[in-house]
Amino acid sequence: MEQALDTTMTVNGSPVRRRIPARQHLVDFLREELGLTGSHIGCEHGVCGACTVRVDGDIVRGCLMLAVQANGCKVDTIEGLSDSGELEALQKAFHERNALQCGFCTPGMLMAAQDLVLQKARCSREEIKRHISGNYCRCTGYQAIVDAIEQVLNGQG
Amino acid sequence: MKAPSFAYARPGTLAEAFDLLERHGEGARILAGGQSLIPSLNMRLSSPELLVDITGLAGLSGIESLPKGLRIGALVTHAQIERSPEVKRHAPLLAQAAPHIAHPAIRNRGTLGGSLALADPAAEYPACAVALDATLVIAGKKGERRVKAGAFFKGLFETDLRPGEILAAAEFPPADKAVFVELARRHGDYAIIGLAGTQAASRKRFVFLGAGATPILAVNASKASSLEEAREVLGKDLDPPADLYHSSATKLHLARVLLERAWNKL
Repeated sequence: MEQALDTTMTVNGSPVRRRIPARQHLVDFLREELGLTGSHIGCEHGVCGACTVRVDGDIVRGCLMLAVQANGCKVDTIEGLSDSGELEALQKAFHERNALQCGFCTPGMLMAAQDLVLQKARCSREEIKRHISGNYCRCTGYQAIVDAIEQVLNGQG
Repeated sequence: MKAPSFAYARPGTLAEAFDLLERHGEGARILAGGQSLIPSLNMRLSSPELLVDITGLAGLSGIESLPKGLRIGALVTHAQIERSPEVKRHAPLLAQAAPHIAHPAIRNRGTLGGSLALADPAAEYPACAVALDATLVIAGKKGERRVKAGAFFKGLFETDLRPGEILAAAEFPPADKAVFVELARRHGDYAIIGLAGTQAASRKRFVFLGAGATPILAVNASKASSLEEAREVLGKDLDPPADLYHSSATKLHLARVLLERAWNKL
């Protein structure tokens, strides 16, 4: 019998209480149980960054955290940040700069970029590249993504 | 892939944790930040019966100044080390090394204790611990014992930790100077080769990562009186294993490049 644990968390501001199998990853729980399919599943071993979500204010890999480990935590996903308007400037810049093609990496990329926006007022391109070094994009070649983030951080690009 | 099925427990005290580890023996694995363990479960390289999540244990977190040096709890994350003013002041080697570990989202969860206990030969902290001559504090059912970093790393992913023990903290003595450098194809990737260098009471210590099964103290290069001599004798200290992209000779060449960079900063 698979072990399941009663778990409570706040997801995008709403309280959630579920019985969750111990082995279920946070990103699978968000997608399959809560229908929050904006966080994508790419590599499932922490390399690609498509599943990036925020737990208690810090970005984490949704595939490298068990959902039961989020017990008592505040979880924010791309849906929450998008609906609240927090990502408005980045979303507009990504659109204007063509910083996506297929869009698979975009939710994770926006979560990582917003983390940098919250930490710093200004940033060099090198710092931006380092900050998103854990997020793969297989379409754009990254330059347009760095341009978009730079536009929001430094008001230029 | 998805992780195989396992049971999960989050003990509230060390005594409970020891009890779980004893009862489940080799079937139990300790879960801290999970940034290496969970990928290995996802790839089905490991299939424990029980994960003992130690993140609820008091006394394994926090950064504390000692009369000489710094004590860092096993559960302190890479991100906390990266941002800590105490670490910057008292153990700048760790502050320099932390940004090289993977990526921000991973540094937010991965822990000092997890990295030391896993003993990945390409990891940053084990080399730093040896370079600083750190002492590892190990908690067991019968009490605490202390092991020098140089004796803790025994082989590939092999440490002095015995079944049922938990790494509680590491104590880092101060160094007069410290420098951390590494070469990776992309920031945050595993290093091709890296170097933690320290100088204390005018004695240098150069410790390489990615150069063997454990962190390697370059004994001869550390004793050299000039950079030329150090570069020359490094060949006696290191015989780095080739990886998919770099031959042993290339890695030794790159080790000499790092040695020069570190030497000029000490």
